[in-house]
Amino acid sequence: MTGAQLAPRLSLTDLRGSPGRRRRETLIRSLFLAAAAVSLLISALIVLTLVGRALDFVSRVDLADLLSVGWLPRRGYFDIATIVAGTLVITAIGMVIATPLGLGAAIYLSEYASPRRRRALKPIIELLAGIPSVVLGFYAIAVLAPAIVQPLCGSNSIFSMGAAGIGVGILITPLIASVAEDAMHAVPMSLREASYGLGARKRSTSLRVVLPAAVSGVVAALILGVSRGIGETMVVSIAAGAVGGSVFTVNPCLPGQTMTAAMTALATGSDQAQIGAELAVPSLFFVGLLLFLMTLALNLVSERFVRRVRRGY
Amino acid sequence: MTIQAPEIAPSDARPGPDVQREVRIDIRPMMQTKPDVQPTHAAEPAEVVFKLTYFSAWYGTFRAVKEISLDIGARRITSIIGPSGTGKSTLLRAFNRMNDLIEGARVSGTVTYHGVDLYAPEVDPVEVRRRIGMVFQKPNPFPKTIYENVAFGPRVAGVRGKKNLDEIVESSLRRAAIWDEVKDKLDGLGTALSGGQQQRLCIARAIAVSPDVILMDEPCSALDPIATLRIEELMWELKQNYTIIIVTHNMQQAARASDETVFLTMGDDRAGYLVEQGPTAQVFTNPQNRLTEDYVSGRFG
Amino acid sequence: MTGRTAALRESPAQDAVRRALAGNRMQLGQIWFQALLMAALLVALGVLVSLLIDVFERGGQMLAQRGVDFLTASTSSNPTIAGVGQGIFGSLLIVLFVLLFAFPVGIGAAIYIEEYARDTILTRVLNTAVRNLAGVPAIVYGLLGLAVFVIIAASFTGGRSVIAGGLTMAALVMPIVVITTAESLRAVPRSIREAGFGVGATKWQVIRHHVLPYAAPGIFTGSILTISRAFGETAPLVLAGGVLGGFATRPGLGVVETLQGPYTALPLIVFNWARQPSEEFRQLSAAAIIVLLAIILLLNGAAILLRNRFEKRW
Ligand SMILES: Nc1ncnc2c1ncn2[C@@H]1O[C@H](COP(=O)(O)OP(=O)(O)OP(=O)(O)O)[C@@H](O)[C@H]1O
Ligand SMILES: [Mg+2]
Repeated sequence: MTGAQLAPRLSLTDLRGSPGRRRRETLIRSLFLAAAAVSLLISALIVLTLVGRALDFVSRVDLADLLSVGWLPRRGYFDIATIVAGTLVITAIGMVIATPLGLGAAIYLSEYASPRRRRALKPIIELLAGIPSVVLGFYAIAVLAPAIVQPLCGSNSIFSMGAAGIGVGILITPLIASVAEDAMHAVPMSLREASYGLGARKRSTSLRVVLPAAVSGVVAALILGVSRGIGETMVVSIAAGAVGGSVFTVNPCLPGQTMTAAMTALATGSDQAQIGAELAVPSLFFVGLLLFLMTLALNLVSERFVRRVRRGY
Repeated sequence: MTIQAPEIAPSDARPGPDVQREVRIDIRPMMQTKPDVQPTHAAEPAEVVFKLTYFSAWYGTFRAVKEISLDIGARRITSIIGPSGTGKSTLLRAFNRMNDLIEGARVSGTVTYHGVDLYAPEVDPVEVRRRIGMVFQKPNPFPKTIYENVAFGPRVAGVRGKKNLDEIVESSLRRAAIWDEVKDKLDGLGTALSGGQQQRLCIARAIAVSPDVILMDEPCSALDPIATLRIEELMWELKQNYTIIIVTHNMQQAARASDETVFLTMGDDRAGYLVEQGPTAQVFTNPQNRLTEDYVSGRFG
Repeated sequence: MTGRTAALRESPAQDAVRRALAGNRMQLGQIWFQALLMAALLVALGVLVSLLIDVFERGGQMLAQRGVDFLTASTSSNPTIAGVGQGIFGSLLIVLFVLLFAFPVGIGAAIYIEEYARDTILTRVLNTAVRNLAGVPAIVYGLLGLAVFVIIAASFTGGRSVIAGGLTMAALVMPIVVITTAESLRAVPRSIREAGFGVGATKWQVIRHHVLPYAAPGIFTGSILTISRAFGETAPLVLAGGVLGGFATRPGLGVVETLQGPYTALPLIVFNWARQPSEEFRQLSAAAIIVLLAIILLLNGAAILLRNRFEKRW
């Protein structure tokens, strides 16, 4: 009796499922894995290309030319300090513009605007974020330069790092606003209520409770802004001038050269094969590697801050 | 006596009888309306569907369920009760390998299903879940039409042809006692039904693939008393053809609606373990263990 | 300032009394602060508006006069006959490359990461790679395109060609596609997946019939934004061989030869004209910007509307 009862009326084969179905599932899974691997491939290609060709450049260039009077690649001068300084000046101007605008907009949207108004106003930020940088470059040179920078500097050249910097500031404002707003939105309501419970007003609650609680996210937003500013190309290429190259300067009223604009300038130069410029194209990759490493470091730091926000709540 | 081998997937009785009934508000007196089975644990149980031997389940390094050995009989309702966090859901989800979907979840010991090791490497969890269906705590119809909700299971199991599908949909909805309420709006969204209707739709969805076992994880916790009673009546109908395992926090429900009761609790290591298993009548009226007695009489948990 | 600090230390009752006494002045400070915040938003709005006014003032009239001719004419050094036809064609081709390569690969990668990948080292490397790729400046992708698609793969792409540009753009937007898709997939409730598995569906069946349809609006919205990005992105094309001239139109040129030949794109035309010192080219540039912005604002506006609609529903 016991034997009959325990006799399996089901066997392992019944639970094996159809081999065809299992093979199909494995195939589909492999296809998706392959798609995912493409992103690894792209990463690897970027790193290999940049490192390989940058090394090639360094091995061929006269190292003394890396620290010279300026960035004049067609003449064989590759002063890194010039383009790094240009990048930093323009990014700094951009941040001075974008930090108050971005954070102000973020605090307003997160703390003051009613849900309805928030819904109506947020698209402004999103539309601004959607404007291509080439268009803001045009705006910088056609509107900002004559209307703001030229009167301030008393200069008559429309090209200036100042105009480019303001353009970059406009470009990164929506980025800062949206990342910071996300962080503030994530601050629990209970914290605000506790603050109101103590009789604090909205302003002190926003500035002394919400902003500090969201500080990681806000810092992450600012770092991302810097990273974006450093990597911004078109605004600078159009508005900062110095197409052929530049001597070292940090004066925002003057034209200047950034790492990114140096690259487009080389690529759009009317004649790629000028005499003495055989290092011009390899130098692109050297600058590119520098830019890649700077933005990568910034992005990694900002990601750490963002993760802290997530862990906090 | 020899027990006839039942078919795993009952293919008869379709379309089923119209089980539409009135809702009876008066709660059935405990135990009395139970018809046939009066199995005692010591006596020969019907037929063993699941057999667990030293079964443990882990989430990462945390052991949620510890060394459980038990048998679950066919065509009856087994309820799993116990305080929160004792691993009832974990145990239930082990029966159809739903835990496989959770990152870091693993098991040890053995679980056999009709004598076959459920966790053998050759076993395809998809095949397992076609035989062992599940109804979840929160009604979770697909955000699609009522028809699609029920037809999806048979369709992925290979049923083709509108006529066949129509038939299965109707009979499943009938068996789940919801046909009359939805027959005019099969194209309506499943998510637009009331909570109790949604849960019955989920039951219809589960039985549409002709499973052998139905697992239910607190199927009534989101429902009002009337909807709860309807589901219990439905379970009572369904156990003619299916083996049902239900996790519940509701003592009365376990007492009213189940044949067998499994009581879990947890030790200091927070791992759930089996305290007592037996016929429901016995567990509730004459528990063998002090912990069980405290729990079922409401002194604990 | 000190008053506010004190208020925080005092009991609520005291503060309430004080508030009642000194109410108006405090209220003024609150209003000022709020006005300042709103000003930040208004500046953003102001930039948008002044940008639109400027391009319309400069380019609107010319665009209206030339009409379809401007949209179809080729680029030229003669400003009176120059147009953006080649640029629109090139941009559409580039978007086609994005649709053909970046979307399937990006969506597939997101599905792998969200639905299949277990928490392994490979998965972590993948995630890190994708996130960092999304932060790589666009111009660096241009370098990638220059080295890989223009130089190394020259025999297939034809060097500085729309194939090289399109592939470069596809590489650039792919991580964005992965991230937006993954976000939409993550928003699909677990209970829906469990319901699918519970009736014996395979992973792919659950994904195809339940996860993807549920996530579709989000993926679609993200895709529109990505396409709009591909229309506007310029820097990588500058490096990956885009030129002002445009496509070769010699008669008898086959499709492959055309694709392997020189190309231009709408934002490249804007860039080149914007740098010309003459006011006539400024106007041309402004007119081209109107066309570009019309495309981009249309796409972005559609995406925003779509998203708001679906946000409301779920
Ligand atoms: N996905 C998971 N990952 C990690 N731990 C889990 C997971 N699911 C459950 N646990 C843990 O396993 C233990 C048992 O959980 P389980 O959900 O099985 O309990 P339960 O008896 O069903 O509780 P309840 O009555 O509240 O539903 C709990 O300590 C729980 O925290
Ligand atoms: Mg549970």
